[in-house]
Amino acid sequence: MSIPMSHMKLGQRGQVLDLTACGAMRHRLLDLGLVPGADIERVMDSAGGDPVCYRVRGAMIALRNQDAGRIRVAVDG
Amino acid sequence: MGSCKQCPVSCSAGLTEVGLPTDVRGAHDYVVALAGNPNTGKSTVFNHLTGLRQHTGNWPGKTVARAEGVFTHGARRFKLVDLPGTYSLLADSVDEEVARDFVLFGRPDCTVVVCDATLLERNLHLVLQILKITDRVVVCANLIDEADRKRIALEARVLERELGVPVVPTAARVGQGLDHLVEHIHQVASGQAGSQPERVRLDPEVESAVEELSAELLQLIPALPCPRWVAIRLLDGDERMERALLNGELERLANAARPTPGDEVAA
Repeated sequence: MSIPMSHMKLGQRGQVLDLTACGAMRHRLLDLGLVPGADIERVMDSAGGDPVCYRVRGAMIALRNQDAGRIRVAVDG
Repeated sequence: MGSCKQCPVSCSAGLTEVGLPTDVRGAHDYVVALAGNPNTGKSTVFNHLTGLRQHTGNWPGKTVARAEGVFTHGARRFKLVDLPGTYSLLADSVDEEVARDFVLFGRPDCTVVVCDATLLERNLHLVLQILKITDRVVVCANLIDEADRKRIALEARVLERELGVPVVPTAARVGQGLDHLVEHIHQVASGQAGSQPERVRLDPEVESAVEELSAELLQLIPALPCPRWVAIRLLDGDERMERALLNGELERLANAARPTPGDEVAA
């Protein structure tokens, strides 16, 4: 079951399937380790709900929902 | 930078554009670039190596801060240039552009990539990109004390074999491993260490496109360093690289970094 990364629930884990982002944003996301197969976990939401903190391959990264929405993931469970 | 322009050994003004130190070569034997992701303790490494022999300023024409310093090892003087902390060299930001320009056109004698030993997977992204541009690299696996604390064992020898360049574990915060780091920097900078960085195999289709484009780039700009890497960036749709090619910046930088003997100092 594939969903946009921004739709992950708090504490949920999964793997990156693909990116629909393109251009400079795509490069930035790939640079941060969001490549197909990468393990991810939604770790913490900020007070306003945007951005959200994810653990990506062991590193903590804050992503805006708009950008996380351009990443398709498969979630566990 | 005023005194550099009067220096008789100084290269053309174009070199100052990439921020390559233009002092008399006698003042230092080797130029070493210090690269790495943010938050890897890069500044700590820099400060430990250079002590008080450093000064800060700006990269020419940019608002990005720049620090450079000097350290000696044996009879040799090393000029250490601290590059902005970046996650990659794809030049999506000024920081990355500055780092990329220095490694590509400034051609330091050695590039040290400081990594966080507890987060190697993410840090290796930059290492692999730098290895596509130069093989004179030393990987500094810093924060090794943090790795110990988190029970992460770094197999430096294995990594060295895989990457084909020296991997030195350090805990710069307590000064551990820095003497080994300096020793390896010396070996790489002086050409004593023969490194064999891994070569990424490309799809045959992509490979032939890269070859074709590299050849055309070299025809256009004979002095271009790493035409293969530039070709890959262009095929990847790197907008800044495209712009640099179209507006002549690429050519200018490539020619500036290759002064011919007897160049006059630019007015």
